[in-house]
Amino acid sequence: MKRGHLGAWLAVALGGIYFLAPLVATFEFSLRMRRGEYSFDAYRVVFASGNFQASFLYSTIVALVTIVVAALIVVPAAYFVQLRLPRLRAIVEFITLLPLVIPAIVLVFGFIRLYGSSSALPLTATSLGTDALLTFGYVGLGLPYMYRSVDAGLRAIDVRTLTEAAESQGAGAATILFHIILPNIRSAILSGAFLTFAIVIGEFTFASLLDRPAFGPYLQLIGASRAYEPAALAVMAFALTWACLGLIQLVGGAPAPGVRR
Amino acid sequence: MSAAPTPSRRVPAPDLAAWLGVAPFFVFAAMFLIAPTAWLLVGAFQDRDGAFTLANIVRLGQPSIRLSYWLSLEVSTASAGLGALLGLALALAALRGGLPSWLRPTLMTFSGVASNFAGVPLAFAFMATLGRLGLVTALLRNIGVDLYAHGFNILTFWGLTITYLYFQIPLMMLVVTPAIDGLRHEWAEAAEMLGASSWQYWRMIALPILWPSVMGAALLLFANAFGAIATAYALTGSSFNIVPILLYAQIRGDVLHDTNLGYALAVGMLAITGASNLAYLALRSRADRWLR
Repeated sequence: MKRGHLGAWLAVALGGIYFLAPLVATFEFSLRMRRGEYSFDAYRVVFASGNFQASFLYSTIVALVTIVVAALIVVPAAYFVQLRLPRLRAIVEFITLLPLVIPAIVLVFGFIRLYGSSSALPLTATSLGTDALLTFGYVGLGLPYMYRSVDAGLRAIDVRTLTEAAESQGAGAATILFHIILPNIRSAILSGAFLTFAIVIGEFTFASLLDRPAFGPYLQLIGASRAYEPAALAVMAFALTWACLGLIQLVGGAPAPGVRR
Repeated sequence: MSAAPTPSRRVPAPDLAAWLGVAPFFVFAAMFLIAPTAWLLVGAFQDRDGAFTLANIVRLGQPSIRLSYWLSLEVSTASAGLGALLGLALALAALRGGLPSWLRPTLMTFSGVASNFAGVPLAFAFMATLGRLGLVTALLRNIGVDLYAHGFNILTFWGLTITYLYFQIPLMMLVVTPAIDGLRHEWAEAAEMLGASSWQYWRMIALPILWPSVMGAALLLFANAFGAIATAYALTGSSFNIVPILLYAQIRGDVLHDTNLGYALAVGMLAITGASNLAYLALRSRADRWLR
């Protein structure tokens, strides 16, 4: 057993080095902007940049709209599938897995062809239309996580009893959904929301190919043209991912193991 | 129908409210998941005039495209294989290595974060670590190991693979943990009572049970790497011609000078990620038998 112990410690230590070294290195690199001494200059430069502020704000707004749209699509679907249309469960679950199967770059290619300016529904002809297209793309990317999170939340409460109690008081389906079910699965929706936010905020492929002024393409541009700012941005991105995942644990709905982007 | 009294039972009319509730989901799926993909699928089998043809698929075999697929397959296989192996080893060490119990939640939380830390920022992090001016490169040079003099470059195959491992290993740990937790202590005890050594237990009981989970997870990792573009693009620009980067250039500027060949390129990717995901699901349902 002693030897197994040692091997296990060794494995974890090596893993720890591999996973911590890039974080330490990136942080150290981000402090090197001023010659000869460590400083937070790279962070100052990034924060002061108008493009940073604009693209981060843009992506935050898109992410928030994405979360609202995703919840509005997913919650009623999951609720009715669980309560009244169980025979649809298999097909609904299959659809929620599609975004994991279809690579983002393939999906956005289809978007551009299907909703391009010469198509029947030319969403990309206007900037608002393209924003909407980007948002729907992101709803797709977040769909597996939002659905699984909400579905798990619904399983954890007694949907049938709650619904019947509300019905006996004369509540309609919409009232039940928004005033009874929604508050009861708030933490499940929030976990899905934070994960969606973490995925969407720095997303590159959709935003770049749809030509949106989002945070992901901004990151890529800075990476191609600057030395120290990318490291500072990577540190911030890691902190942001950590915050999103931390908030999920805080609201109490840890994502099921095995979820993936 | 029999004449049994069913006074309070309402006749199940078409459940309008329920269908209305699921309608947005299906409309969304049709418009933004299925139709765009179907469009590419149809286009891949059409010529310029819209007639059916297999020529686009055949032309995927031309040297430049074949090279891209080959490169993608290599990077995805290497990062999935190594990721699965190292992730399994790390998960086994953390869960079954007799380590202190605080390590497990720490590792799992970190895995959740790291498996989602991909894309452009990950590329930056590895540039700062193993790039020409990176901290680890400098440290190693100080102790006499000059990586770049030995032909290493972060912008090459191994550089990209090492970078991908940063999200592949944690993903493996997340996916394989339930399977490791499913190994019951009774099995180890039973094996021990029958005189099996620890090695025999692992080789003849634990690993065969874990095998489908590990294979399935490796396929998942493979698909995950195959479809990824942002990290590679930010790291290498367009110099490292894996399929997603070629497709990116095609979408941007029709570098193949052939729209339908572009569709075929995308459909080829879809076929590969689709097949590995299907195999993953099949293996997972096999593995789940042991988890009941």
